[in-house]
Amino acid sequence: MGTPNAVGDWSSEMEVSAFRRLFPLRYYERHLSESIRPDARPLKRARDTIVSLGAVASSDGSALAKIGSTTMLAAIKMEVMTPSVDSPDEGSVAVEFHMPPICSPVVRPGRPAEVAPVTSKQLFDCLLSSGMIDLKELSLIKGKAAWMAYLDIYCLDADGALFDAALLSAVAAFSHLRIPVVSLNDEGRMVMVSKELEGEKLDKEPVDKERRKLSLKSIPFSLTCILHKNYILADPTFEEESIMETFITVVLNSSGQLVSLYKSGGPVLAHTSAIQECVALTRQRMKELEEIIDEAISTMEID
Amino acid sequence: MEIDRADGRNPNQLRPLSCSRGVLNRAHGSASWAQGNTQVLAAVYGPKAGTKKNENPEKASVEVIWKPKTGQIGKQEKEYEMVLKRTLQSICILTIHPNTTTSVIVQVVHDDGALLPCAINASCAALVDAGIPLKHLAVAICCCLADSGLVMLDPTKLEEEKMKAFVYLVLPNSILSVLPEESSSVKGEQMEQGLITSVTHGVMSVDDYLHCLERGRAATSKMSDFLRRNLQPQLSSDSSKAG
Repeated sequence: MGTPNAVGDWSSEMEVSAFRRLFPLRYYERHLSESIRPDARPLKRARDTIVSLGAVASSDGSALAKIGSTTMLAAIKMEVMTPSVDSPDEGSVAVEFHMPPICSPVVRPGRPAEVAPVTSKQLFDCLLSSGMIDLKELSLIKGKAAWMAYLDIYCLDADGALFDAALLSAVAAFSHLRIPVVSLNDEGRMVMVSKELEGEKLDKEPVDKERRKLSLKSIPFSLTCILHKNYILADPTFEEESIMETFITVVLNSSGQLVSLYKSGGPVLAHTSAIQECVALTRQRMKELEEIIDEAISTMEID
Repeated sequence: MEIDRADGRNPNQLRPLSCSRGVLNRAHGSASWAQGNTQVLAAVYGPKAGTKKNENPEKASVEVIWKPKTGQIGKQEKEYEMVLKRTLQSICILTIHPNTTTSVIVQVVHDDGALLPCAINASCAALVDAGIPLKHLAVAICCCLADSGLVMLDPTKLEEEKMKAFVYLVLPNSILSVLPEESSSVKGEQMEQGLITSVTHGVMSVDDYLHCLERGRAATSKMSDFLRRNLQPQLSSDSSKAG
């Protein structure tokens, strides 16, 4: 491998699209040296982000998040279960991340994507350890009944930074979540109170008076960065991820603490200065994302 | 700020390390690595011809199979597999044997905390034993963070559960076998201070993380020495066998 200039002659003779396919790394490096990315973003800017709440009407809480063209659909379904003996006054959360073949040419039908279970696990760890959800709020009757929140996230379009988009959609779905009203029936079992009956006088007192919201504290937000030589690229696309293979994902919660700093291998070593830079970029990104979520919540409440 | 550890270690003290290579007869390379009661056995097969679908055929690929002590593999093990695979890929020289697959099979013998770092160390020793070309060795360590902000190294299972957060760090071993294109220092930082892999659990402040990183670096230099010492004498006896 020579310097980018070694193929300088080539690039003048060749069409840009051919050069891009034949020498993807050189193509990127020539952009990076000009502090710009092929999609016209500066190195440290994330793509445009959209969050819309309530995308799935049949679920108890749902959200659609888009970062550039990466699209995630998250939906939560609540079920009553018996809490475990170790924590009788706590509900629980189950997270499943799905990558159907629709999302990317890399995923083949019948063969689940390798990263899907790993991402599920990371999402679960982040959501729980960040302290966003107080599991005690999901309790109904101590030792008898508690809520189980099944969070399912579908990746509709995988164009890089999957974890960031998945976490954003999960957080948005939890902020949209309304816990259904349940009451005890004669046999002492929990039954859902149907929507028509809500607000009317019931012969049995419901456990909750109305559909309540969860109070979300210290919400986690993440940013994935690519490290390439001395460059740091925030919020990579799929193309960038496949060409430059060192990623570092930083998750901070809204009280400014580090929830996760994830880097698995990659040809570039992360030095302390790079780690600090990534954390600083995540702080900036967190402010943007907080605004986006707040805006989504306020527009939904107007509707 | 003293915390008593159940086994009487001080916070900076590692559990006794032991490493033996060539423990399996049929494997192309194997190693057993133990840190206290945590023990992992790793076997390397390959390089075998061909790569899986969606892998770059211009490079060698690494496949990791994680075998837990009991039961089926779950999401946790899948995560370990992926971290281990990416970490090993980053230390192997992948361009020497293009379009081949090297399988690394990791068998957990006993889990008493710091399982993933132990597995990374075992796999690294097994790769050396199999003679797979490596850029440099990698050393993994687990740092644990107590509520008081005290950092403890190499926790046991019990300590891992008790603490508010823990970090798995993988750092390169100091001496390079192949020099990278660029100079080895970035803005005055030595190459051995660069981080290969980082996995964290639990909430901590950014300063605490950097503190862990610093302590991890100091400790891995000791572990590097141990690993190198362990690999050296066997290398001389191996050379006659290989020739």
